[in-house]
Amino acid sequence: MIHSLFLVNSSGDIFLEKHWKSVVSRSVCDYFFEAQERASEPENVPPVIPTPHHYLISVLRHRIYFVAVIQSEVPPLFVIEFLHRVVDTFQDYFGVCTEAAIKDNVVVVYELLEEMLDNGFPLATESNILKELIKPPTILRTVVNTITGSTNVGEQLPTGQLSVVPWRRTGVKYTNNEAYFDVVEEIDAIIDKSGSTITAEIQGVIDACVKLTGMPDLTLSFMNPRLLDDVSFHPCVRFKRWEAERILSFIPPDGNFRLLSYHVSSQNLHPLRSASLVAIPVYVKHNITFREGSSQGRFELTLGPKQTMGKGVEAVLVSSQLPRGVLNTNLNPTQGTYTFDPVTKLLSWDVGKINPQKLPSLKGSMSLQAGASKPDENPTINIQFKIQQSALSGLKVNRLDMYGEKYKPFKGIKYMTKAGKFQVRT
Amino acid sequence: MTDSKYFTTTKKGEIFELKAELNSDKKEKKKEAVKKVIASMTVGKDVSALFPDVVNCMQTDNLELKKLVYLYLMNYAKSQPDMAIMAVNTFVKDCEDPNPLIRALAVRTMGCIRVDKITEYLCEPLRKCLKDEDPYVRKTAAVCVAKLHDINAQLVEDQGFLDTLKDLISDSNPMVVANAVAALSEIAESHPNSNLLDLNPQSINKLLTALNECTEWGQIFILDCLANYTPRDDRESQSICERVTPRLSHANSAVVLSAVKVLMKFMEMLPKDLDYYGTLLKKLAPPLVTLLSAEPELQYVALRNINLIVQKRPEILKHEMKVFFVKYNDPIYVKLEKLDIMIRLASQANIAQVLAELKEYATEVDVDFVRKAVRAIGRCAIKVEQSAERCVSTLLDLIQTKVNYVVQEAIVVIKDIFRKYPNKYESVIATLCENLDSLDEPEARAAMIWIVGEYAERIDNADELLESFLEGFHDESTQVQLQLLTAIVKLFLKKPTETQELVQQVLSLATQDSDNPDLRDRGYIYWRLLSTDPVAAKEVVLAEKPLISEETDLIEPTLLEELICHIGTLASVYHKPPSAFVEGSRGVMHKRLPARTGSGEGTESPDVGNVAGGSAPEAAPSIIPSQGDLLGDLLNLDLAPPTTTGPPPPTSGMQMGGMDLLGGGLDSLMGAGFGAAPAVMPASLNAPVGGGLGDLFDLGGGVGMPMGAYIPPKTVWLPAMKAKGLEISGTFARRAGVIQMELVLTNKAMSVMTDFAIQFNRNSFGLAPAGPLQVLTPLGPNQTIEVSLPLSTVGPVMKMDPLNNLQVAVKNNIDVFYFSCQYPISMLFVEDGKMERQVFLATWKDIPNDNESQFQIQDCHLNSDAASNKLQGSNIFTIAKRTVEGQDMLYMAIKLSNGIWVLAELKMQAGNPNYTISLKCRAPEVSQCVFQCYEAVLKN
Repeated sequence: MIHSLFLVNSSGDIFLEKHWKSVVSRSVCDYFFEAQERASEPENVPPVIPTPHHYLISVLRHRIYFVAVIQSEVPPLFVIEFLHRVVDTFQDYFGVCTEAAIKDNVVVVYELLEEMLDNGFPLATESNILKELIKPPTILRTVVNTITGSTNVGEQLPTGQLSVVPWRRTGVKYTNNEAYFDVVEEIDAIIDKSGSTITAEIQGVIDACVKLTGMPDLTLSFMNPRLLDDVSFHPCVRFKRWEAERILSFIPPDGNFRLLSYHVSSQNLHPLRSASLVAIPVYVKHNITFREGSSQGRFELTLGPKQTMGKGVEAVLVSSQLPRGVLNTNLNPTQGTYTFDPVTKLLSWDVGKINPQKLPSLKGSMSLQAGASKPDENPTINIQFKIQQSALSGLKVNRLDMYGEKYKPFKGIKYMTKAGKFQVRT
Repeated sequence: MTDSKYFTTTKKGEIFELKAELNSDKKEKKKEAVKKVIASMTVGKDVSALFPDVVNCMQTDNLELKKLVYLYLMNYAKSQPDMAIMAVNTFVKDCEDPNPLIRALAVRTMGCIRVDKITEYLCEPLRKCLKDEDPYVRKTAAVCVAKLHDINAQLVEDQGFLDTLKDLISDSNPMVVANAVAALSEIAESHPNSNLLDLNPQSINKLLTALNECTEWGQIFILDCLANYTPRDDRESQSICERVTPRLSHANSAVVLSAVKVLMKFMEMLPKDLDYYGTLLKKLAPPLVTLLSAEPELQYVALRNINLIVQKRPEILKHEMKVFFVKYNDPIYVKLEKLDIMIRLASQANIAQVLAELKEYATEVDVDFVRKAVRAIGRCAIKVEQSAERCVSTLLDLIQTKVNYVVQEAIVVIKDIFRKYPNKYESVIATLCENLDSLDEPEARAAMIWIVGEYAERIDNADELLESFLEGFHDESTQVQLQLLTAIVKLFLKKPTETQELVQQVLSLATQDSDNPDLRDRGYIYWRLLSTDPVAAKEVVLAEKPLISEETDLIEPTLLEELICHIGTLASVYHKPPSAFVEGSRGVMHKRLPARTGSGEGTESPDVGNVAGGSAPEAAPSIIPSQGDLLGDLLNLDLAPPTTTGPPPPTSGMQMGGMDLLGGGLDSLMGAGFGAAPAVMPASLNAPVGGGLGDLFDLGGGVGMPMGAYIPPKTVWLPAMKAKGLEISGTFARRAGVIQMELVLTNKAMSVMTDFAIQFNRNSFGLAPAGPLQVLTPLGPNQTIEVSLPLSTVGPVMKMDPLNNLQVAVKNNIDVFYFSCQYPISMLFVEDGKMERQVFLATWKDIPNDNESQFQIQDCHLNSDAASNKLQGSNIFTIAKRTVEGQDMLYMAIKLSNGIWVLAELKMQAGNPNYTISLKCRAPEVSQCVFQCYEAVLKN
């Protein structure tokens, strides 16, 4: 099981270590540092590194490497999932997961890590349980604690840990009972030079914020559950009911949680017309050229809305890694602002909203290193955008019902589409 | 008001200050001080000096303070064992606390203190906690047993904790069950042979029930445990699969992958025509695809596993090619894995898309990735024949880009395409030649030289081109030098008139001016060939080359099966069996076929193949087992580097013929042919024979009737579960000088089996079937047939480990199955193994003492005559007998089918059931096997 954990910052210093079994010398991280040196980019450090006596499994989050040390055969995904849980917990407790935040709360961090693993076995990883065991630091509580001498460690046995619904604590009380659900879809796509779609798929999630008194039992049904073919559920969802009736039935955790995530590819959108693809909300017209022997290159980019279901495309951000040979750019945006970093060669253009009447464009020239040959690679354009009030796949919630409690909760549902990894090749 | 203040006090006297604060009367101050101590500890400062002061704070009602002190204790108890004893009382008291949280905390912490003296006190509280009324305490205690086992395994066994733990598998609370399983699994890992997790249908049922209700982590433990179970029949297998499939929709990717493992394994048992089988296949694809939308680290592990899954069951993901398309900002380790899987999934149906993608990747920035993409195009060409033309034109387009490393990589793969499709795409040679000057990497240069040499007759200025390389001959790497030598010899054989000077030049460069033995040897061989028999030289050097195989980097099937059973583990990430790298179990299972790793590693070492193989294809195995190993040399037989690219290749033996002489076999050939003394016993050794005396000692046929040869009992070689219902058991026998493999084939499947055939992989003694497998009638369900297969010893030879290992492939109308078995070496003892006494003596002296090995045979109650008689039945001939001081010494000789002699001295003392046997042989590797035979023969 998980032996030890080291946290390493971007400059390669170990700023926290925790051992669940015997102490492993921090020199074991030297193997990690070697791999880090070999990697061209911070994110290219391989996640599993063998050393003579241990294995190092790491994730990079918020520019901190979480390096777990294991000694025997342990499923690597188990370790990576656990590390994700650690990151989520820190973020949950401290708002941000940064070196400063962790150092500021080092004792809480230690208490948390101690509760999360016992001898390398996961113990309590649900945020509900952890919060009952160790109260998250708040300014108010810190002040109160200093005055009254009380602690931020719970005195009671965390109730959730024993019940059949470990994700929910008992005795929850709210004056306003509310349940909000956000359907958020991200579209991942690769568009080729000519504008045709190579791949497009939708990664969707339903995130919930449920603040309901007591032990409510919810059911959520969809207008078109057929879309949900490839789903991953929160443990609270009763799988049998879903299999049989295509209805989500669950006792929700208290607070924020991810109810389900799903994946829609072109196949399950249009099972009969296999040629049609996921709707692509924006299109890009581009002309990026370099001429042999010239120290100038042309750059033209125009964006336009495509299949947006009548909704506006906003928060558009275009970025592109230009070839190394580009020294600088001289471009004019019709709207928004653009920046070019001559060191990293990263071009980014904050477009804002796309007006279908007046399409945003960015045109101008690039200056190249004099005498250098024409760059070999074609830059890829990365686009981010948001479309409010619509889910690209067309997924719609039909109704939400509550059983088990008497009061009438306030219910809300919101849809949103975002660009995930939306890439246009040139 | 943050904790970072604890980090700032670094001034002198810090410890002293803390000490004062710890002993303060004020609770609040105490707690602050403990926090400071913990903070110092986390950053690696030594605060062990404060041990007694911190322990004093332990007796408190404040839970947080208690926990902090516990944290400190766990860290430092080991360095202060005597002090730690002070804490024991509090622990024991806490274990009785009415609050289950405190009870659990105490037992949990105690288990973390790795001090023997404390461990002794732990037993009683632990026993109580394992039976605690509160499940939270029980589940904590279950883990504590694993901790204790880690510290003192004996104690855990003596105290009977393992049994209590086993009982917890039937606990009413699912979390307790999950933790008990986890603890038992961890303990079992250090006891590979113990039967801790004794799974039966009842316990499986309990686990499956707990699976639905426990935490995600518990589900992983339970699924991994289920994967070790072998269902009794396909019914049970299906019902487990049905109960496991809902786990595929879990949000935790580790749960998903563990479920995939269970399903992949149990699916093996399901009949393929079952509807459920098809349903299951369909259900497996979506979760695997979903794993690829997760974070890159998860993707990496998922991709390594998918790589195994597509090799085992390509049908699962055959329509999902697009999810493996590379995004430009994927981390490099994800990109490389995706590329590999793309090639595995490439088929005629999707090749156009794949090629378009690969071409796109070849213009990316990352050099490693670009290279691999270009190489992938070549692999596609070799895999999908219909696409070869397209691939070649894509490669030519890439060569036109003139990007240096792209051109070089393209040339390397075009060479392979030439190998696969000879006389088809040679029109592109002109374009290749244009880029000759830009090649600066040895591999690309070698490839280009190979092309020029191979097609010398079609390239007008081949001699000029090769000559241009020759100028800087000594600065080239060995790979290029060897290739250049071969290419010029080829050129000479094709155009003898114009190139005599060139070949002279290269031969003298290689033989006289080089100090590389490989190069020199190859030079000499060519020289001699050319000077003694140019016709033979032509036949050898210009021999037709074997085609390279389609799938060059598949994982060998038995290893693949093993890895499928380890989906989701480190083994699956490294594509190596766990025994290869998990500490402690080293060397148990590892010694099987040379493991071919996944292409990730495979392509890193193609150099090996090229150096050794001369014009060896990319397909050459990246693992060339110890060349010219002693036994091989001694046998003086075909020394071709074995080309086991997976299943025992029936054709590779013949294929390699011509090539070997030029390539890998060369060094060994030289070594064996001219270097090492021939090991075969000179049969015509004309030692003076003392006629009558010799006869007198010739006890052989004199005493009694020789008994029959020893035949070991039949054992199961291939269980039905692994072979879709076909069970094979068998043994080996030698009857009237003929080696026979006696097989019992049982059909345990529901359908009729026909079309049986058998093949052996190369083995140490060249065993091969001497005829086809005689199963003439179809084998109905539940029918059994006994077959006797005569074997010859003239098959291809490769040293196996263990020496008497035999890898067998059996085919029927359903599939091909592989198994390995070990034959008693006594089968190979030939009937003319008698030896003259003088010769025996001379030989005995002649074999160096280093080659002598001694063994003990215990508990054998035979007198020397009976023993000698028994042994003779197995062609172990007693040459002489001596009695010295009540001790009988038997001198014996054995001749193996390949001409190796083994001489033995057997010492038996009257009344002592233990014999000592000394074996002498020029190939001492066989001694162990021979000894085993002695033991088997004498005791049966």
